[in-house]
This record gives sequence, structure tokens and C-alpha cells, in this order.
Amino acid sequence: MSILVLAEHHDGQLAAGTAHVVGAARAIGGDIDILVAGDGVAGVAEAAARLDGVSRVRVADAPVYAHQLAEPLADLLVKLADDYSHVLAAASTEGKNVLPRVAALKDVSQISEILSVEGADTFKRPIYAGNAIATVQSSDAFKVITVRTTAFDPVAEGGGATIEALDIVVSSELSRFIGEELAQNERPELGGARVVISGGRGMGNGDNFKLLDGIADKLGAAIGASRAAVDAGFVPNDMQVGQTGKIVAPDLYIAVGISGAIQHLAGMKDSKVIVAINKDDEAPIFQVADYGLVGDLFEILPELEQKL
Amino acid sequence: MKVLVAVKRVIDYNVKIRVKPDHSDVDLTNVKMAMNPFCEIAVEEAVRLKEKGIATEIVAVTVGPKAAQEQLRTALALGADRAIHVETEERVESLTVAKLLKGVVDEEQPGLVILGKQAIDTDNNQTGQMLAALANMGQGTFASEVAFGDGVEEGEIRVTREIDGGLQTVALKLPAVVTTDLRLNEPRYAKLPDIMKAKKKPLDTRTPEALGVTVASGLSLLKVETPAERKGGIKVGSVDELIDKLKNEAKVL
Repeated sequence: MSILVLAEHHDGQLAAGTAHVVGAARAIGGDIDILVAGDGVAGVAEAAARLDGVSRVRVADAPVYAHQLAEPLADLLVKLADDYSHVLAAASTEGKNVLPRVAALKDVSQISEILSVEGADTFKRPIYAGNAIATVQSSDAFKVITVRTTAFDPVAEGGGATIEALDIVVSSELSRFIGEELAQNERPELGGARVVISGGRGMGNGDNFKLLDGIADKLGAAIGASRAAVDAGFVPNDMQVGQTGKIVAPDLYIAVGISGAIQHLAGMKDSKVIVAINKDDEAPIFQVADYGLVGDLFEILPELEQKL
Repeated sequence: MKVLVAVKRVIDYNVKIRVKPDHSDVDLTNVKMAMNPFCEIAVEEAVRLKEKGIATEIVAVTVGPKAAQEQLRTALALGADRAIHVETEERVESLTVAKLLKGVVDEEQPGLVILGKQAIDTDNNQTGQMLAALANMGQGTFASEVAFGDGVEEGEIRVTREIDGGLQTVALKLPAVVTTDLRLNEPRYAKLPDIMKAKKKPLDTRTPEALGVTVASGLSLLKVETPAERKGGIKVGSVDELIDKLKNEAKVL
């Protein structure tokens, strides 16, 4: 078996999720290659080559791969597919965008967001917002898989894979990049943070999310939100934790003013320790919280910030 | 421009699901079904494009059992002009649905196809991307905004996408596939007179055979389980007690 992992990178940095995807590839077993596609990605390739268990890093460095648009990236992956039994990517917005396109072009099914590897062709994955776990077996010769990165440990660094340049350049007539607006902040990324503090509708408005800042600073936490807070326009969608947003599994998750709809729980219930702060002592979030504090968040948050 | 909008019949998002005792699947008998929420957003966007004079005709399509016609009637009540039901009682995977939709695209030749980004039952998030690949179209997935003419050329659509860390804007050559994310719009409710009118709108059926597609499956469902339940913990009485527990009991601070 040979596995190709699609590396994810931003601003010349290898994304943390890629080491988790390599972890999933190791659970499947076989030779592991990483594909780094982009424009000016020599540094990313070097970082990918340091990941344990990787034999070869294949680098497609050309302007057409800048911004990781799905159409050229899928065409590139299809050209490489014959060398592999599996292709894996993180179940990030990028992996979710690109891999189904590869699967369709190869006329195979995709297995989305696997949680565990039961065998080289058998995987567990969540369905119905994680309220059920399906075990699925693929009969396709070529397997296209996205990986829930929080479900797999990352591989360590210390490897020394060979780096090989690819001179495959595909055309790109279907789509072109116009621009990007990325949130600028110093906080850790939601998907990989050790501590996450999230606000819900109970925050009242977007301004009040500032109450979470000081606590997040002290804990080195990422800040998230429930879908209700996003729908209410308090905060942007990229902060959403839940079935249709980001899936997180930090050591500590603090839910503030979040009632605990199943769609939200789907995104955070694998956290190691959950704290809920809510004024409604009947809120469903308390059924999954290790520690619940009933009270007014506008009094509790400043006190918590001060005492931490 | 003709707009094709795909909808899926799924379990109502408020319903708590049950796994069958034999672990073969989720039990859907006597469970309330509804249109997938992301498909509602797709229909709404098509209707808004028609209200703006960009879309000239909206064709709603679904793949599924007879009962899925209910969701097509909902789409018609919301503003679709006619509907196509690709009828199959079998469990269809995303790839098969994409192939069937490709068959409908070949027949209808729409200028734009809008789908939900994912269905809340299988949570696959695949069909739109697969359809775009099969139809050799560009894809604007997880859209939070679509626009025409605004900074893009004639024959293109501008799609702003929700990506990890922010937003990305792309221009796609038409015809193209767009999949909807939450913030694209807020779907309206169907009004009673429109629900009555929808009953008289045309609804055609197709079979997979007529579209030249074999319903095949590359995946077998071996088992469905309920995830390990998380047990609720304790309530603490104060911020001090909370900090103490996190430091000394949970050891996460």
C-alpha cells in the first residue's frame, strides 16, 4: 500500500493538521508520501520532510497552485493517483473542497472525516452530527479519505524524507482567485488549541465577546462561538464550533452562554474537560459539562479573568 | 439564466436520532422528515436571484424515494418554477447522486447549479464538488455571498467562500456549481397560498436508468453505533471553586 497525504499550508507554514493526517496514514500502514502544492513552497516542503514516517515529499511549485483552488489541485492529484492506494487530507475547508472532486474524477466514493482506522479499507466516521458512528468499508481500489484531525495524534518531527520536485503543471480555466480576508489575530488556531473558550447567544452582542479576550489571553486559548451567536451576527462564521463549523477537542473547553444544542455538542463533546457557564441551570450544556457554574456571565467572566 | 437547485429529504434537524437495535442503521420509521437546512438556503438563493432578474427559471431537483416529492413541493412553494424527481428507493451515495444530477444538468443545461454544502444526515459534504468535477465546472463551495458583474467578467460568477480562518473570493466561469453555507441568506417560510399554488406546478419524474446511471455503491455500511455518552459532572458554587477544581482535580490549568 502507498498513501499520498495532501499537505495543507498557509503563509509559507505547514499547517498543524498535516501531522495528524500523517498519523492517520500510519494507522493505515504502508509507504507515505506527502504532496505539497503551492507557489513558493520550498519551506513547507522542508517542514513536511521532517515529519516522522514520511518517505518522500513531492512538491508541485507553480503559480497555478497558489491559493489551493480545488480545480487545479484535484487535476494534479488525479495525475498522481495511479501511484497510490489511498489519498488523505484533513477534513478542513480545504480538504473538503478538493478531495470529493478527486474522488469523482477517479469514479470512487469518498470516506469523509474518519475518526478511526479499523483496517486498510474500513473506517469509523460520524453521521447525524456525531449522534451516530458508522463503520464503513470501501471496495474501491483507490480510496479517497478526509481525516478528522482531532481524532488522530500527530506524528513527531525527526524524519528525513527525500524531497522531489514535480513538473506537472495543469491548466486552470474554470476558476480564478480574487482575494482573501483572513482574520488577523495572535491566538492559536481553533482546531489545534489546547484551551478553547466559546460564547453563545447569551453573550448578548458581538461587543461582549471582548469579555472572553482577557481570559483567552491568560489561558492561551482560542475563541469560538456557537452557531446561534454566528446566526445572530455577533461574530464571524470561522469562529463557529459545531456540526457545520469547526470540530474541536481541546484539553479544556469553556462554554459561556451556550445552551448546548446537539449541533454545538457535535463540535466539542470530545474535549477532555468541559466547563459550562450559563444562567439557566436547566440548559442541556450542563448534561455534558464536567464543571457547571450557574450564574450571570457578565459577573462571572470579569471575576474569572481577574482570579486566573 | 436557468438555475438548477438540488434539495434533499432528511431527518428534521430537531429530531433526536435513534440507532436500530441491530446496529444496521439509524431508525427512520415514523420520524419527522424535512428539507435539509442547507438546501433551504440554496432554494432561497435561487429565488433571490430570480427576484433580482438574474435567474429566469428555477428548476428544483431531488434524488430519493417517492416521499421526497414533499420536499420538491416545498421548493415549488418557495419559488421554484418546476421540479424533477429522480426516483430511487435504494440508498444512494454522494457519487451516485452527483452522477444523477449530472444527467439532469445535461438535459437541462442550467447556467448555475446551487446545492447545500452538506446534508445533516450523512454529513458527507461531497455532492456539489463531485457534480462540479463530473460536469467539468468550477466550484464555489461554502458560499457566503454570490454576485454577478461585481468585479468579475461577463460569463463569470463571483463567490465568497467561508474557509478556515476567514473568507476567500473566487471567480468561476459559468456554468458553475455553488454550495451554500449558513450566512449566505436567511430562508423565508412558504406562505399558504404559495403552498396551494405549488401543488399545480409541474413535477416530472426520471429514473436512474433513463439518466443512464447505475446505482452502485463503493461503500458498505457495516455497523452503526451510538457514541459513548458523556456523563454530566458537578455544579460548582463559585469562580474560586471552579478554578480550584480545574487546577487540582482536572489538572488542566
